[in-house]
Amino acid sequence: MSSQSNQEGQVVELTYRESIRAALEDSLEEDHDVVLLGEDIAAAGGPFKTTDGLLDKFGENRVIDTPIAENGFAGIALGMAMTGLRPVVEIMFSDFLPVAYDSIAMQMSRLRFMSGGQTSAPVTVRSSGGAGGRFGAQTSSTGESWFLQFYGLQIAVPSSPQSAYGLLRTAIRENNPVVVFEHKALHSLKGPVARGDSDLPEIGKAETLRSGSDVTLVGSLLMVQRALEVADDPEIGGIDPEIIDIRWVRPLDLSTIRKSVEKTGRLVIVEEQYHDGGWGASVLSRLILDGTTFSTPPICVSMPEILISHSPVIEDATIPNHERIKDALIRSMEA
Amino acid sequence: MENPSTEIQEAVALESSELLSWYRKMVEIRLAEDKIMEIYMRGLVPGTVHLAQGQEGVAVGANAAIDLDDWYVCTYRGHHHSLARGIGLESFFAEVMGKAGGVCHGMGGTSYVVDASLGMLSQPAIIGAGIPLGTGAALSAKIRGEERICITFFGDGACNIGAFHEALNMAQLWKVPGVYVIENNQYGEYTPYRMASALSGDLAHRAEAYGMANQVVDGQDALAVYAAVREARSRALAGDGPTLIEAKTYRYRGHSRTDPGKYRPEGELAAWKLRDPIEILGSRLEAEGFLSEDLAESIKAEIQARIDAASDAAELSPWPTFEEAESYVFAE
Repeated sequence: MSSQSNQEGQVVELTYRESIRAALEDSLEEDHDVVLLGEDIAAAGGPFKTTDGLLDKFGENRVIDTPIAENGFAGIALGMAMTGLRPVVEIMFSDFLPVAYDSIAMQMSRLRFMSGGQTSAPVTVRSSGGAGGRFGAQTSSTGESWFLQFYGLQIAVPSSPQSAYGLLRTAIRENNPVVVFEHKALHSLKGPVARGDSDLPEIGKAETLRSGSDVTLVGSLLMVQRALEVADDPEIGGIDPEIIDIRWVRPLDLSTIRKSVEKTGRLVIVEEQYHDGGWGASVLSRLILDGTTFSTPPICVSMPEILISHSPVIEDATIPNHERIKDALIRSMEA
Repeated sequence: MENPSTEIQEAVALESSELLSWYRKMVEIRLAEDKIMEIYMRGLVPGTVHLAQGQEGVAVGANAAIDLDDWYVCTYRGHHHSLARGIGLESFFAEVMGKAGGVCHGMGGTSYVVDASLGMLSQPAIIGAGIPLGTGAALSAKIRGEERICITFFGDGACNIGAFHEALNMAQLWKVPGVYVIENNQYGEYTPYRMASALSGDLAHRAEAYGMANQVVDGQDALAVYAAVREARSRALAGDGPTLIEAKTYRYRGHSRTDPGKYRPEGELAAWKLRDPIEILGSRLEAEGFLSEDLAESIKAEIQARIDAASDAAELSPWPTFEEAESYVFAE
């Protein structure tokens, strides 16, 4: 855990978990209106240790433990955001987000519009999701597309320590509500992180992590890491994929994806969610509606229509893995 | 029901002009809602309407007890609040008609007439949604060290939803400077509140589950509401925690325009109308020599003329453009 405070341009090696903590620490440091609230985040340092030590450093008015009442404290955060504060709410598991659906989906996203632009809600909702921990059907979803139909919310999906730091900083600075989906299986992933304000990511901008000429591979969260591993697998036989991390489910950066597909002619989407109603389906339909042409049929690697099980064998068969992504890549070259 | 303390009654009664302004405001709300029905029948009001006639005393009494700096949260049945808080008649009517000249540029409509410059944060259509929001506004004032409270109004129906319990628990836990007012108009949509509440006593007493101060008041008596809210506001600002006030009142009309309210027992409406909030304040003013039948008539005529003019002007307001509407989704 880095105890150093924000130093401009400093590149440090941090885990994804530490990057989240660093982003929260730097945001609290930067802006006195930033307040954190959530279950077990203050005295206990966070269920995933992403807020460790922040209570001691910033005090109980800025790092607030709440009762287990997600809809209630998410609504409280909205009231705080509308009256001068910039709250960051932690909803422990993504699967608890539906408990707070009214406050997040219906209130945060719509009040500005209903007031004719008079009010705004600079609130960030953070939540950890994703499978692989053998947590079963009610604590393993990524949830990343659940809010797609609630226009008015922005949605971030960090796939790496740098991305976790940058997207969270950007989300907290944003004057609109943003839901940030973190991934539990990435918490221990290490990587270089440039701390500071100088190079924060733009809202709604995807990132091309690997340039390639054969096939465009688009993913989010943990699936981005899996895609990067597959690209290094000698068994793909020299296929040269271009890997795009969407980073934002909304605003969705279609133009980066479209440009890549125009170059490669092939598309594989990898998502830790069901295909129907997800961002992957939106990417595909929008490209088709725009008249984008493909030299081989696009492939979506998604979750089969079963629930995520506690049982390891079933969970492993549910989440897109190395083999499935590799097969999709190879198939995309064949047709 | 508890009556306002004599001190407060006397203090207010001395200011006849103040009480007369309450009276005028209640008449304005009553006539404005009559006007809404009139223009609704002429096809000028999109959607449906939720009227609050009979509940004017709650909004006017409570608003008189708080500051303009205080935050204000109510519900989709909110015309009385919007006008009590001070939204001008023309931008009020333009909003009701969904016109660009409305206070929310037509995006809110008849069920969402808020003016943020008056501290009005929301009038959500979702039952109970305003209670956490108002609690957050109050917590904000506490954290920022501001001398202000948030007053949050909701109906008897909202007392049965999770958001009520979650927010009140946290409000008391953190001793936020909040005042919560249940406008118990006897019906949650079409269902009498007693059929929806496991406890047969007053709804205000639910606050005891959280150790929160609470009070039942006669919502038809604007002075009683004023006194209760004033005391609750002082308690909140002193750091002694929030208060749950139950104002017993009555909704003269049905839930929404298409509801004739046939589920109400015979004679119930008539009995409540004998305790009309405008009449109650009017009689008090008359007894003290501040209001006469002639004055009441001329007040009514003058307000009616202003309402007619405001509604006519609102009719001429243009529709919002699609581009304008798009710009309201996200802040810069």
